[in-house]
Amino acid sequence: MAKKMNVIIAEFESSGSLLHAAEKMNAEGYKNYDCHSPFPIHGMDQAMGLKRSPLGYIIGFMGASGMLGMIALTYYTNIYGYPMVVSGKPLFSWQAFVPVIFAITILMSAFGAFFGMLALNKLPRLFHPLFFSQNFGKFSDGGFFVSVESDDPKYDEEKVKSFLSSIGGKNVEVVKD
Amino acid sequence: MNFDSTTYTFKDPGKIGIISLVVGVVFLGISVIGYMNDSAHFYLNYLTALIFWLSVSLGCLFFTMLHHITQANWSTVLRKVSEALASAFPLFLILFIPIIFGLHDLFHWSHEGIMDPASENFDALLAKKEGFLNPVFFYIRSAGYFAIWIIFSFLLNKSSAEQDKAHTPALSRRFRKISAPGIILFALSSTFASFDWLMALDAHWFSTIFGVYYFSGAFLSGLTFLVIVLLYLRKNGILKNEVTIEHYHDLMKLIFGFIIFWSYMAFSQYFLIWYANLPEENFWFLYRWDNSWEPISLLLIFGHFVFPFIALIFRASKRFTPVIFFMCSWILIMRYVDLYWLVLPTHYKDGVHFSILDLAPLIGIGGLFFFYFWRQLTSKPVLALKDPTLEKSMKFLNS
Repeated sequence: MAKKMNVIIAEFESSGSLLHAAEKMNAEGYKNYDCHSPFPIHGMDQAMGLKRSPLGYIIGFMGASGMLGMIALTYYTNIYGYPMVVSGKPLFSWQAFVPVIFAITILMSAFGAFFGMLALNKLPRLFHPLFFSQNFGKFSDGGFFVSVESDDPKYDEEKVKSFLSSIGGKNVEVVKD
Repeated sequence: MNFDSTTYTFKDPGKIGIISLVVGVVFLGISVIGYMNDSAHFYLNYLTALIFWLSVSLGCLFFTMLHHITQANWSTVLRKVSEALASAFPLFLILFIPIIFGLHDLFHWSHEGIMDPASENFDALLAKKEGFLNPVFFYIRSAGYFAIWIIFSFLLNKSSAEQDKAHTPALSRRFRKISAPGIILFALSSTFASFDWLMALDAHWFSTIFGVYYFSGAFLSGLTFLVIVLLYLRKNGILKNEVTIEHYHDLMKLIFGFIIFWSYMAFSQYFLIWYANLPEENFWFLYRWDNSWEPISLLLIFGHFVFPFIALIFRASKRFTPVIFFMCSWILIMRYVDLYWLVLPTHYKDGVHFSILDLAPLIGIGGLFFFYFWRQLTSKPVLALKDPTLEKSMKFLNS
């Protein structure tokens, strides 16, 4: 069971005010907060001070391991496992195995991208206390929200609430798990 | 060079145009020495150089049409430079004339008696291809390719010049109406041009993928030269804030993608021939893997694929102008090696016969091409000022 966690949410009027709110949250030093909007907002990553995702390196590692693994497999099977001469070509004719090496490289990269993305997003996750809030349902069609989770190092219920109101947040609400 | 950064026009195009004209004429003059030494050798190098520079124009013509047909926003700031690079086909038509005189030296199929059963030169396989490979049809086809390229680059440039005066929605539609049939005719003409001018050098050999192989390389030539020109302009303070690092990043992504695409085509062509190992196809690769051609083939694999692939896979190297300049120059050199490897072995199966004079046609045609391009570029604004997507293009970000 995951630890009990409280979340404070505040609603903002538009994508622009959400962007400015994110900048202020970042400047104030909050770490474990998130912004919710019905559509992607340009510049949000910079405003929140997010670092570049390490996903590319995961994909690169997975692709390289797929390639090397497949080279090892084709080499082993053709030299030691089942040495067979096919159409008079050398035992290890690398050209013949390029398609399969290529395909497994791509497959492993795709696995790295898909499962790496899930892992980095901490998914699959069946439930989050945010869903207790009635008001939060709006985030999927017209609401813009900032949420602060209680495991943030700077978390202090009263201070966070007043700070969210001071940067223009409305309907500030504490969602208890 | 004197540039007016409010109207984006050149008050004074500078000396670079005249310098490249002089260089071009001088080096074409020097290449005549090569012609007097050994005419066949000269024609082979001349053809390589001509196709190398022609590829730059073809790549940019394709890039311009692709921009219109996909209604792209990001590449609007690059359009004028790309159009100017794609406008040099009339020059190439003139420079193609020596090829007509070199037909006998270049193409084995044009020799006397090849198609005549009574002659001792008779070649039963080539005689079957007489309907396609005969001088008259060859001239007609070559003229047809140039006609297509000249007409479409002219139409695009003309509409672009009209847009500089005033933009109307009808103009946006017209760009697309030109580009849609243009891109189909471009595919056909560049494919058949590569068949005629490159593949038919060894007329016994055939490969259906050859046109795509040539196109993938030509688009690379166009993109890399476009980037080098943009970096040159940037160094002189032109389009510095308009063509941002985001645009270079995107261009480098396209170049990276086409490095992979070129390798994919090259390997596909090799793979099927290697696997079947039929004598009517495999000789083409065999004599490129003999004698001193082997290191050139290896250079292509490692220099045209492995090195650029590893170097350009990182985001940082696609966004750092010194690396961009080095990689584009490197790929452009590899483009020449690729064409050299396609053309020269057909006549020199015993190995590489390289002399420093072979580079004279390359520099000569390059000089004339740059002169022509520079005149086109500097006679108009270098930014499509009235294009409605310009603002979006300038604000473009890779997220």
